[in-house]
Amino acid sequence: MQDMNLNIPDVPAEKLTLVHRDPSDFHEISEVYENTSYWKDAALKMLHNRGAMVGIFMIVGIILFAVFAPIASARTYDEVILEHNFLPPRIPVLENFGIFDGVRDGVDVYAQREIPENVYYYFGTDSLGRDLWTRLWNGTRLSLLIAVIAVVIDLVIGMSYGLVSGYFGKTVDFLMQRFVEVLNGIPQVVLVTLFALVLEPGISSIILALLVSGWIPMSRVARAQMLKQKGQEYVLASHTLGTNSRKTIFGEIVPNVLGQVVTMSMFSIPSAIFTESYLSYIGLGVRAPMASLGSLVSDGYSSFLSYPYLVIAPVTVLAILMISFNLFADGLRDAVDPTMKEM
Amino acid sequence: MGKDMGRYIVKRVLIAAVTLLAITFLLFLLMDLLPGSPFNNEKLNEAQRALLEHKYGLDKPFFVRYWIYLNNLLHGNFGISYVIAVDQPVSGMMASRLPITIRMGVQAMLIGVVVGLIFGIIAALKKNTWIDTIATICSVIGFSVPAYVFALFLVFFAAFKMGWFPIRFAIDQPVFSSILPTLSLSAYIIATMARYARSEMIECLSSDYITLAKAKGISEQKVIIRHALRNTLVPIITVVSPLMIGLITGSVVVEQIFGVPGLGQMLLSGVQNNDYNVIMAVALVYSFLYIVIMLVVDVLYGFIDPRIRVSGGKA
Amino acid sequence: MERERVLSIRDLEISFDTVHGKAAAIRGMRFDLYRGETVAIVGESGSGKSVTMKAVMGIISNNQHIDHGSIRYSWWDEKGQKRTVDIAKMSERDVRSKICGRHISMVFQDSMTSLNPTVTIGNQIIEGMLEHYKLSREEAKGRAIKLLEDVGIKNPEKRFKQYPHQLSGGMCQRVGIAIALACDPDVLICDEPTTALDVTIQLKILNLIKKLQKEKQISVVYITHDLGVVAKVADYVCVMYAGRIIEKGSVEEIFYDPRHPYTWGLLSSMPDLTTDSPRLFAIPGEPVNLLHEIKGDAFAPRNPYALKIDFEQAPPMFHVGGKHRAASWLCHPNAEKVQMPESLRIKIDRMLKGVS
Repeated sequence: MQDMNLNIPDVPAEKLTLVHRDPSDFHEISEVYENTSYWKDAALKMLHNRGAMVGIFMIVGIILFAVFAPIASARTYDEVILEHNFLPPRIPVLENFGIFDGVRDGVDVYAQREIPENVYYYFGTDSLGRDLWTRLWNGTRLSLLIAVIAVVIDLVIGMSYGLVSGYFGKTVDFLMQRFVEVLNGIPQVVLVTLFALVLEPGISSIILALLVSGWIPMSRVARAQMLKQKGQEYVLASHTLGTNSRKTIFGEIVPNVLGQVVTMSMFSIPSAIFTESYLSYIGLGVRAPMASLGSLVSDGYSSFLSYPYLVIAPVTVLAILMISFNLFADGLRDAVDPTMKEM
Repeated sequence: MGKDMGRYIVKRVLIAAVTLLAITFLLFLLMDLLPGSPFNNEKLNEAQRALLEHKYGLDKPFFVRYWIYLNNLLHGNFGISYVIAVDQPVSGMMASRLPITIRMGVQAMLIGVVVGLIFGIIAALKKNTWIDTIATICSVIGFSVPAYVFALFLVFFAAFKMGWFPIRFAIDQPVFSSILPTLSLSAYIIATMARYARSEMIECLSSDYITLAKAKGISEQKVIIRHALRNTLVPIITVVSPLMIGLITGSVVVEQIFGVPGLGQMLLSGVQNNDYNVIMAVALVYSFLYIVIMLVVDVLYGFIDPRIRVSGGKA
Repeated sequence: MERERVLSIRDLEISFDTVHGKAAAIRGMRFDLYRGETVAIVGESGSGKSVTMKAVMGIISNNQHIDHGSIRYSWWDEKGQKRTVDIAKMSERDVRSKICGRHISMVFQDSMTSLNPTVTIGNQIIEGMLEHYKLSREEAKGRAIKLLEDVGIKNPEKRFKQYPHQLSGGMCQRVGIAIALACDPDVLICDEPTTALDVTIQLKILNLIKKLQKEKQISVVYITHDLGVVAKVADYVCVMYAGRIIEKGSVEEIFYDPRHPYTWGLLSSMPDLTTDSPRLFAIPGEPVNLLHEIKGDAFAPRNPYALKIDFEQAPPMFHVGGKHRAASWLCHPNAEKVQMPESLRIKIDRMLKGVS
């Protein structure tokens, strides 16, 4: 990069000839940007997000355990062996390292009760001698089921409600928003508790409780996105061409708000799992002998101070599950739309 | 300006009042749908039950009962308890419990907001360093793990194993014994606050007016304090809503775990005993608290943000 | 009179860390600015105009690094001594307290967003004065009101107390200029100062900057992609492409005798009312991907007039008469002779006729 032409580089003449013989007919460009699509870019960002990857890894791990542990286990979640009650956890191999060795307060409970060497309760047993390991993963299945249901409710009710409210605006929007405001004015715990009371305790009451208010945050996001998209030209174009409302919403607008909507539905998973565990905890969730993470905590709580492992195992899985889903949702938000607010 | 603001406040108050009315109706309807009755006691026969229901006016048509209930409500009368404390006015039961719950909530809120803000702002300023990583991990944990899990954890370690604090709340030691429940409640608030503060602050730091402030040659500290902090704090007021939800949710279970004689515990015992008026009253008070605080936040936001203040409200 | 150099950038290299890897944003930049003169840096988005000028102000984001080179700034201190510092070597803190605002300041593209919405106009103007000159609030206020008058704001006392959202876009930009001039800087960097404004207001703002420049004897750098702005205000033009200056010279040299095919493209794509062609010309292709190492001339793949050597070796700056320099192998004495496109030739001839 010299300012002066004192030393003009010596270049062979044949290199100083044109590449394109007819410059006026130049069209093709040999190298342009690598075209990264929106979703490919988001996926790449996810891969670089350590938190999100840890989240995905843990979610997959928990799913595998929830699916296979109860199948592989020799026991069922409701098998009662009274003489095996309150056994501390014992796991092969690990028992040799002074943990999970079936010892409580310095006493090997398994030996004391003359339980055969080859009997292992990985996470111990409860007051009825039921295997906590099997019950725990059975309960996790329920939480995962709730997660799926929550996403479906979010997408079916929450998204539609928000999109419709935002799309039609005016009176429709006003009425729909007032309705949401009323539902939202009652703290969710109270509402969910009341709904669970009205119905018989069980999975159906949990699902109904989610149906009542779980979709509200999603409807907010969907509505805000709709209001944003509505002003865009492509919507106007679609209108001008005479496309009907349903087609415009689902054919044109939904694909454009999908990123935010999917992210939002991921955020609703932890809150749904929490709602289930809360309801089960206060005794309005699943009924024994069925197990859920919340009901296990609740059952273990009565003997918590003497047999803490009964609470520690479900609480740990619950915590890991919630953290993983939040990490995953956070990562997704950062990849899709970092400015999005989840509440 | 003043007139616009006044009109804005009146509008918000009216909306809040209508919402509350709708909530009473919805709750009353739900109570009506509840299976069973407070007089499910097996010792009672049909005739006795009918007599009791007549005595409490439960055999009247729905709208008549609703009207009576609303009327009573306006006079501060929440009805009487049918089961928990037979024939005692519910308002009296609440009078002793409400202050405890509110005090605990305020304590948790204060600790949570201050600690959370500090965490979030430090994390944002030290973005992508190990400090940020640790703060983020802690806040994800606090945000994800339910308050009752923290409560159980604290009971086990800080109270049972270490014996630092009493396991249960004691009314004669209202401060000391409320430390653990307050901490359990504030974990969620700290985490939520830190998350919001961090993302708001980062957004703020990348805005054009921060670049301009830097271009003026203002020192980093002054840029942060004068320009970034203020603009971060204004939108953070909107977090109060999820925080309130977290507090109310947390209070129900945390109060039960620590045996705190507050509203949450009252709700749970009402639920377990089918005590209509008790459930109804607690639900209403929670909703009322929530809506009033939302209203205050809305109005406050209008006062703080000059963009809203001058144009007379965003709604 | 001897031209006095205030700013000189040599061999500057700046890179960014991205998810996709390291991107070389500035690749060996050379730039000079003299007292009282106006230089415009033109180029498409991503060519590195703003990055360079923000580096001059020490505004460097966390994922940016100055890998190489110097940014020398010279001024006369209070004792009449000439002093020179290398901004590239100074800590961010030092640049901030010693250079920013006081010696070099900046007018931003969109004053609506670059003014803090929660602070009054007045406080935003006097902030710099309080910081650099330790004035009392009253003194500062007096000066600020004088400044507001200078930038053509009526009713300055009232505006002083207002918030940015109460002002129009044009007025916000005037405030932006007042803020930049608050501490009597030597160098004013204007980053697309008029793109966010209506055409009628654009001209007013440009004239205002010109007038203030003359009064205060300051040097101005325009960062822009609007050649119309360049023609109105600049003495010299630097054309930037992919982190390098590829052609520079006086406005006349660049507009009437462009040598680099990229500059041909830029000038051809400038709309004017007299063009016969119904089509608007656009330079083919997209900017280069700075993540990849660039071999030869960065513009070669988009260049219809590319020579074989362009794909192998980066061209040096050729001296093409006067102050005119161009980094194109076409300027090599032995290169195949190429004329600028016919349509551009006609356009320039018409412009020249219009001038004379």
